[in-house]
Formats: sequence, C-alpha cells, structure tokens
Amino acid sequence: MSAWLNLAKFPDALIIHPGSAIDGAIRQFSRDHRAALASIKAATVWMLNGIEGVLNWVPWWALILLVIWAGRAVSRRWSVGILYGAMLFAIGSFGLWGLMIQTLSIVILSVALALLFGFPLGVMVASSRRLEVAARPVMDFMQTIPSFVYLIPAAMLFSVGKTPAVIATLIYAIVPMVRMTSHGIRHVDREVVEAGAAFGSTRMQLLFMVQVPQALPTIMTGVNQTIMMAMGMVVTCALIGANGLGMEILVATNRTEMARALMPGIAVVFVAIILDRLTQGLIKKGERR
Amino acid sequence: MNAPVSPDVLLSVRHLDKFYGLNKAAARKMLKKGAGKDEILKRTGVTIAVNGVSFDVERGKIFALIGLSGSGKSTVVRCVNMLQRPTAGEILFDGRDVAQMPRDELRELRRTKVAMVFQGFGLMSHRDVLDNVAYGLDVRAPFGGFLHRPWRADRVDRAAEMIELVGLKGWERKPIDSLSGGMKQRVGIARALCCDPDLLLMDEPFSALDPLARRDIQFELLSIQKELGKTIVFITHDINEAFKMGDTVGIMRDGRIEQLGTPADLVLTPANDYVRDFVQSVNKTKFLSVKHVMVSPSCLIRDSADPLTAIREMGENDVSTAYVIGRGMEFMGVVTLNAALRARRENMSSVSSLVTREAPTVGQDVLIGDIIETATDTPFPLAVLNGKGHLEGIVSRAAILSCLS
Repeated sequence: MSAWLNLAKFPDALIIHPGSAIDGAIRQFSRDHRAALASIKAATVWMLNGIEGVLNWVPWWALILLVIWAGRAVSRRWSVGILYGAMLFAIGSFGLWGLMIQTLSIVILSVALALLFGFPLGVMVASSRRLEVAARPVMDFMQTIPSFVYLIPAAMLFSVGKTPAVIATLIYAIVPMVRMTSHGIRHVDREVVEAGAAFGSTRMQLLFMVQVPQALPTIMTGVNQTIMMAMGMVVTCALIGANGLGMEILVATNRTEMARALMPGIAVVFVAIILDRLTQGLIKKGERR
Repeated sequence: MNAPVSPDVLLSVRHLDKFYGLNKAAARKMLKKGAGKDEILKRTGVTIAVNGVSFDVERGKIFALIGLSGSGKSTVVRCVNMLQRPTAGEILFDGRDVAQMPRDELRELRRTKVAMVFQGFGLMSHRDVLDNVAYGLDVRAPFGGFLHRPWRADRVDRAAEMIELVGLKGWERKPIDSLSGGMKQRVGIARALCCDPDLLLMDEPFSALDPLARRDIQFELLSIQKELGKTIVFITHDINEAFKMGDTVGIMRDGRIEQLGTPADLVLTPANDYVRDFVQSVNKTKFLSVKHVMVSPSCLIRDSADPLTAIREMGENDVSTAYVIGRGMEFMGVVTLNAALRARRENMSSVSSLVTREAPTVGQDVLIGDIIETATDTPFPLAVLNGKGHLEGIVSRAAILSCLS
C-alpha cells in the first residue's frame, strides 16, 4: 500500500526550483536599470499627482453635474444621468470621496497609458498574420494568469505605492485594447479595404481613413473592457500599497469589519457602473452613426 | 509575347496567370503536361485561379467577362489594378505593364486612371454619401486628405456633380446605411467616376441587386458610358447582362477564356459545347441585327421587266412576291403575284407601275428586337437596305421568330 502511495505521489526528484533564478533576475534587472526605473517612477508620480490635482480642484458638485450631463448625453434620458449623479453623490455621503478620487486617478492614468501603448500594438498585431499567431498565446496568458501575480514584480521594481499599482494595472488592462484593436481592424469588410486600396490610398491613409474608423466600434469595446479591467485591478493593488478604495477594503478585511468593507465595495461598483455605461453609450452612439 | 499594342487598345492582358499556393513551379510543370485543375490542387496544394488569360479592351468600349463563380473572372479584374499580384503575364495599360510598376506609379494609376466598383459596394459606413464619393479626391489631396477636408469647395462640387450624374441629387449628406442596394451601387459608381478615370473595373456590380433595380442601373450605366466614353471591364455571371453591356464578351471557365468575341459571334459561331450551352438561354433579339438573319431574295426582278417575266420568276421560285430593283440596284418595292396577273390581263408593258411603294424596309444594322412588330404586321418579308438604298437581302417572319426561341 505504501509502495503504491509512493508511485502515485509526484517524485521529489523531478521538482525544479526556478523561483530563485527568476527572483534573482528581477533583482538584477532592477539594480542594472535603477536610473531608468527611477525616472519612470518619477514620471508616473508626476502624472498621477497632476490627475489627482485636477480631480481635487474640480468641485464635487461640478463632477456630479458632469456625470449627469454625460449620462443624459449617451442615453438621451435625464433619468439615467440623474441616477449616475446619485451614485456619485452616495459615494460622497459615505465619506469616501477622497479615496474614490485616488482610485479614479490610478484608473485614469493606467487606462490612458494602456490606450497609448495598446492601440499601436493592436495595429501592429493586425498587420501581420505571424505576429498575431505569436501574440495570441501571450495575450491569453496575460489575461488568464491571476492578477495578483503582476503585483510582485511591479513591487520589486518600483517598491510599494501607486507607481507599481499603475504599472501592474497597465499591464493587466492593456490586453483587451490590443486584442480588440487588432480584431476590429482585421474584420473590416474585405471589399471596403480593397476599395480603399483601389483608390490609391497609402498605407497610412488606408489605416486612418478606412480601417480604424471602420473598426471604431470594436476598438471602443476594447476601451470599455480596458477600463473595466483596470477598475478591477486597482482594488487588488491595495496589496502593494496603493491608497484608495481598495486599501479601505483591505484594511476592513484584515479586521473582519463587514460594514467598513461594504461601503467602499459599493463605491467601487458605482464607479465601475458609471464608467462602463458612459463608455458603452459612446460605443452605441458610434454604431448608430 | 511583346507584340506592339494598337493605339486603340487601352488595356491589353497577355498570358495572365494567377496561382495560389507555395509550390507554383511544380504546378506549372503539371499544367504543361496537361494535368487538370483538381489534380494539381491535390498533388501540389496550388490553386490555379487564372491560367493564360489574354484579351484586349479598346478605348471607349465595354468588355464583359463572364463565368460561373470560381472561374477566375474576379481574380483577373483584381490583377488589373494589382489588388492581386499576377503570378505571370503582362497587363499593359496604355502600353505600360502594371505588374512591373513601382509603388508610386501604381498608386498614381489607381488614383487617376483606373477605378473600381465592387459587388458588395465597398462603401465606408463612417462617411456619408458625398464623402464616400469624394474618397478618391481625398487621398490625393495635400496632407493626405486628413486636413481641411470639409472646406474644400472643388471637392464638394466635383462629388456633387457625380452624385447628380447617377441620379442621387439630394442624398449627399445621407448616411450610407439609409440607402437601398441600388442606391448604394450608384454611390459606388459615382465614387469610381469622381476621379475621372480612363478605365472602370466593375466586379459583378449589379449581382447583389434585385432585378428591377438592376435593369434601371444597367440602363443608366450604359447612358453614362455613352456620355463619358469610359472604357469598362465588366464582370458578371449573368449572360444576358454580359450581352447587354458588352461590346465584346469573354466566357471564362476554370481560369481560362473559352471564347472571346462579340455577342453575335458567340451565338452564331460558338467555339465549343460549353459556350453553346452558356449562350443558349440568352435573348438573341437584343444583340443580333438584321444582317445576321437576312437571306438573299429568291425572286428579284428589274423595274423594266414585263408582267409575264415577273409571273414566271415568281412561279419558278414558288413565291407570291417579287422584289423590284432599279438600274443601279436601288430598291423600288415589291410586286405581288396578283398585281402581276392583273397587269398581264391589262397588257401592261412593265411592272414599274405595279410596285407597292409602301413595302416595309429595314436597315441591316437594326436589332431584331426592334423590328418584331413590323415584321409580324406585314404580309411579306422585310427588304433589307444598305445606306445607299440598295437591296441587300430580305428577312422573313420565320427567321425573326426563330431568334425568339
């Protein structure tokens, strides 16, 4: 019986330990590129402070009015706008306005960076069949791996705080942008692209006057997914010291204080709903055109 | 291989091949040995889409290429503007080989000389009607048309002019999705004409339209073509459409042209059974003209002939009408047997006073379809006259009716 148990058990001799090598490599990398990493961190902090500064400078009621107006603009119904405004007001009345601004700043910056890098990457992936074949498993891997795993290298390179949070969120959230941009461009009607070429477009003209405008609804879906993934990740980032709504939830979890975790949890949901519906509305508007 | 191109020929396609697949050399070897398309695909993985296609298109003429789906006709037309790169062969446009053109020259060719109309329209839904029509102008504008596009008056004027030409005035600022299929293809045609190209490539432009819209737009394209004198390569799978539109027609099968010729050539002298089957269903009255079905008159007499001669002539030929010509072969009219018998009784000296002047005549280039009514209304065969009024032949009612079947 014990002989059988020995056979069934995965043998110790076959277990490898790549962990120390990977950790060592990351530490080495961080030592070798200290200056570059420091400037990335400085730039991130600078941008983040800028965004947070603007959001804090805007009066709370102006932000609510803006959300009401935007909600009405995408749905053509005042009731929808007022609902979104009420959600934002509720966050304020929970006493979470400041934390929400911190969370929102990280989301805005990481989404902006994800779009900035993700769009050209998506265009590149769309342009070559081989690149797409190579990129697909990488993107699947990036999207499927538990998001916690991104936190550690980010923290190893940038220590704790908001910078690794932005970097981890960026890496996690860039995937749908690349994927949807590439997918959208690839699936533009063949004859429309042929028509663009047949009338003597250059490659850039074909891309920006035909393919991207035609793929815009799909690309906007990518933007929406990127925002949603960033919103999810930013809460997790509390584990590496990103202040905001996530930190409040983390603290409450550690102390098993249900009520204290619930309010910021609801606030996260509200922010996510508002961001999702506003971007979805933009997509629908694009499709109606 | 390099025979000079006649100045009348705008486009000359010579020995065009297009293979899809990697092992093209092996495929060519098998092709030379006479292997079939399916066998080559199985053995080498190479699809023979176009195989040695040659044809010339004269300026101002419509060349219709017809074949079933998969016969390679769309590939041929896509090679002309290099949407597909030919595997071998020459495509001489105004004497220059399109396949050898550097990229800049090719782009210039596409912008100013060769335009295309697509089966699925290929319109851009993010642009309205006018902006679609002006696309060809936008890509040649400074800064690639990215800047100050909407404010360029010449662009708007030119596009609006084309929209009016295709009968869509008032729809300039409508979104593409609000248009019917026929209207969308009008936009496609306007877009192609907007750059004032020399050659129009039309890839099954009307196949996606319902029959009614199709007839209208065919007619309109023909009148636009007459007005602007554009050279057109027209792809279709409908033999009636091909014969209606084409000055010359090429029938394609399995990547090869089975026969090239005018519609009349194809009907009257089909090269093989495939062509014969293909043209069988076609309505021949639309392109066969009188000269194709006329016969020489069996009973011909001079106007100076006496009634007895006329009667004898008719008797010998077993007919009851004689065609009367004057001294210079000019057609005078017909004499019926009854009139001749009466004249004999009255001892007239010649038939000239008996000639029925109202005998119906017809020119030799008139289409059969246009004379069906006249032919069925008159008791005797129509006289066919040439430009000088000389009698060339006659067309019997039976000959005309046989074209209808």
